[in-house]
Amino acid sequence: MTSQQNVNKKAAIASSRGEVMIRTGCPSHNCGGRCLLRVYLKDGVITRIDGDDRPDTIEAPQLRPCPRGRAYRRRQYHPDRLRYPLKRTGRRGEGKFERISWDEALDLVASELSRVKEKYGNSALFVPYGTGSYNQINGRQTATRLLHLFGGCLGFYNSYSWACITPATLTVYGTTTTGNQRQDWLNSRYILMWSWNPAEMRDGTNSDYFVKLARERGAKVVCLDPRLTPSAIALADEWIPIRPGTDAAMMSAMAYVMITENLYDADFIRTHSVGFDETQMPPGFEAEETYKDYILGRRDGVPKTPGWAESICGVPAETIARIAREYATIKPAMLYLGYGLQRRAYGEQAVRAACVLAALTGNIGIHGGWASGLANQAPDGGPFWLVFPVGENPVKASIPSFLWTEVVLRGREMGPEDGVVGVPKLDNNIKLLYVVASNCLINQHANTNRTAKILSDESLVEFIVVHEQFMTPTARFADVVLPACTQFETWGLEDGWKYGDEVILMPKILEPLPETRSDYAICAEVAERLGFGEKYTEGRDEKQWVEWMLDVYRQTRFPDLPSLDELLEKNLGVWARPVTDPAVAFEDFRRDPEKYPLPTPSGKIEIFSARISGLGKQAEIPAVPKYIQEWESPFGEEAKKYPLQAIGHHYLARVHSTHHNNDWLREAFPQRVFINPVDAEERGIKTGQLVKVFNERGALLLPCRLTLKIRPGVVAIPQGAWWEPDEEGLDHGGNINVLTSERWSPYAFGNTQHTIMVQVEKYEEK
Amino acid sequence: MKRSKQEAREAGNEKKGQPGQIQYAFFFDSSACSACKSCVLACRDKNNWPPGVRWRRVYELCGGEWLRVGNNWVPDLIAYNLSLGCNHCEEPVCLKGCPSRAISKRPDGIVLIDRKKCLGCRYCEWSCPYGAPQYDVAAGRMTKCDLCYDLVDQGEKPACVSACPMRALDFGPLDELMEKYGQVRTVFPLPEAGITRPAFIIKLHPTASKAGPGKVTVGNNEEV
Repeated sequence: MTSQQNVNKKAAIASSRGEVMIRTGCPSHNCGGRCLLRVYLKDGVITRIDGDDRPDTIEAPQLRPCPRGRAYRRRQYHPDRLRYPLKRTGRRGEGKFERISWDEALDLVASELSRVKEKYGNSALFVPYGTGSYNQINGRQTATRLLHLFGGCLGFYNSYSWACITPATLTVYGTTTTGNQRQDWLNSRYILMWSWNPAEMRDGTNSDYFVKLARERGAKVVCLDPRLTPSAIALADEWIPIRPGTDAAMMSAMAYVMITENLYDADFIRTHSVGFDETQMPPGFEAEETYKDYILGRRDGVPKTPGWAESICGVPAETIARIAREYATIKPAMLYLGYGLQRRAYGEQAVRAACVLAALTGNIGIHGGWASGLANQAPDGGPFWLVFPVGENPVKASIPSFLWTEVVLRGREMGPEDGVVGVPKLDNNIKLLYVVASNCLINQHANTNRTAKILSDESLVEFIVVHEQFMTPTARFADVVLPACTQFETWGLEDGWKYGDEVILMPKILEPLPETRSDYAICAEVAERLGFGEKYTEGRDEKQWVEWMLDVYRQTRFPDLPSLDELLEKNLGVWARPVTDPAVAFEDFRRDPEKYPLPTPSGKIEIFSARISGLGKQAEIPAVPKYIQEWESPFGEEAKKYPLQAIGHHYLARVHSTHHNNDWLREAFPQRVFINPVDAEERGIKTGQLVKVFNERGALLLPCRLTLKIRPGVVAIPQGAWWEPDEEGLDHGGNINVLTSERWSPYAFGNTQHTIMVQVEKYEEK
Repeated sequence: MKRSKQEAREAGNEKKGQPGQIQYAFFFDSSACSACKSCVLACRDKNNWPPGVRWRRVYELCGGEWLRVGNNWVPDLIAYNLSLGCNHCEEPVCLKGCPSRAISKRPDGIVLIDRKKCLGCRYCEWSCPYGAPQYDVAAGRMTKCDLCYDLVDQGEKPACVSACPMRALDFGPLDELMEKYGQVRTVFPLPEAGITRPAFIIKLHPTASKAGPGKVTVGNNEEV
């Protein structure tokens, strides 16, 4: 049976050009969206990709794909697709491989898994973070299931995306489900887009569109970001170019204005929070510094006035005061946090400070308001993302996802002080990496030169297997590369990205390249060799797992979800549950905080956290949110040598590092260093010239683009470009991670990749 | 395969009756455009041109200055985006100037280039003030946005319009679009609408009122 026959031909609308059209989910990466494609096929080849054609309503808006979905043919039919298994022949990382058979490759992977398990134990095995494929059947979860059934592997928690915002939100609210459904944004009168750039990072298909709709209904929108982002241009009435890493300073000064001008919702604070002032400190902590103490400078002698904040965040004091007054008095209002501000040295602080502002303004639990924090969608936390069952991990040890290189180097010394949970101390270093659809080993992890050095040492990690579709910088460090098929070439299923009330089907619409297989099929083969094939597959192929997973949705969020046969018969592609009455987070808690307490120790909004106070690390993890100067900062000694802050924003040329080799996207979004003319002129740099960006950790070479759309003192290098080092280690690919630091944030153990200082100079050919 | 231009012309005739009765047009909401370029990629995928042949382009306009206020930098910027295909002008200068009469206008207003007649002299490229004609180097022929007439003839919208995640593009008869969206047909750096009478309606970005010669430049020249 050919792939196209998987979809009923009567339902697949034939075009006049002899094509069939199939509705399917856009290949699922960690792109920030989940969209619907109409794929046109002729003779088994995609001829065109169009978007959603369902009625476009506010209750169930069309899921219109972004340029990356539109350009997908260039990835699908890229000549560099991996076509057969490879085995390393040169030094690790050198990029020399030979073709081997599937049997040889799978035997090798299975025997290495057994050898390392035998020699060190299961906790020496690790499936690192990575999000290159996300459609259940392709992606890292397939390997997680494999290793769990194999006796377990070292686990991880947290992500490279939301490392600080997740635990920081939990300290305040006890839950990350702090967001209203997006249809409710239309009720808002004032929206602060703080470090939030949905036009580029998406943050849920249609999030930018919902802000547009809110504006059309009268909301004023203010964007705070070091860049005049595409979102700011399209959505904001005002842009405030705040200095990176200083958000908590401005937030503190806004609280100062609200408190001293009596603009805050004192009743709400009294009844719904703890730790605001001395009247509501938790028992046993009465003597500690309250939030009001900190803001008014009662203990440190520094009132957090707009004037104080101006010198830190580079925003005029009168602007800070005005924004504070607007946010406190225009009701209802939203302070929406993006995630860039928390991938930083003290990323926890800005998140907690924003939640406190939401509480001070009383915007919690009301239509058109916003509790801030991570804001998963009410009432149920929103989409599941992954429903493929990975099973229980017999190994109880788990590490912060970002700290895996530490475990390679010194796992046996690591305990709770390094974020280890589940065990008092790790009993192994990582000895085998099972990598699926992830470029986090090299490209997306911080401090690329350091990571490359660690991985090059074959006495540390003894075996690396990578499932990939292309020879990525990570795949170059593999001992065995197994060629995976694309998501168009297998079955899959997805729901929303953070937001959304849809299930999106991904039928197999293409035959895979002859020697490529789904990540699931590869893992099933390894399981077979390890003696538990049947346990791994439970007798299901990819399509049968999709049926199984549809049933999971049917039993949870989508009771009316049709059968797989009906979805295919009608060529639906997507099943949506229209939102007519958008849910509001914390509505019950607002109405009756005694009857509906929050899942925090106090049952209330924790402006002061007794639990954090108990950690006894006030300087870096204060019990009330504070501004703390970052360890690489324009105010530090390091700025003398490296005076510019560098940020690696999301870019529509890629999804992180996926699509790097897509020529259509590269033309539309060239990889450049974006620099303000003020900084460029000082350095004699003109637009289009090659520049070298460098610090102690590394250097990269890229053409620059002068732009007014960035704050002076800050340069932007879009993250995700593939690392291409020359013999001297100079990166010609423009991968910002040659400059980033492996240091983690103090409370969340999260990546701090946006906290870096660099120098830029005109590049002179030697 | 695309139909011949003759067939396409006839389709336009059949559908719309009297010549000149209708003029299809684009609407573009510059105030809501983020320059995500979904329109550009939708166009590229639909029409299959290699990089370099750019039937739809998004120009990122920017100007203004950073002011030193005390120790701070304060922006006073103009920034807006402009998504352009071919404006299928009411008075197409490309058509008037074509020495080989390769350019025609359908009764529904769609302006088409007949590749068989095109000599590749690039005169239209020079005369069009909107950058619409795009030279196909491999074939030595001129090409340009055909308003997805194959889709339009089937009652669908052009690929770029249905692609826009911000719903900032629209398509329809010029008079209907004017009624719905207003009369503005130009923005800096486009010429006065009187020259070619573009079938193009724009909703201006709030900062565009301050734009003008010497005040604003295209920031992404290499992409357009």
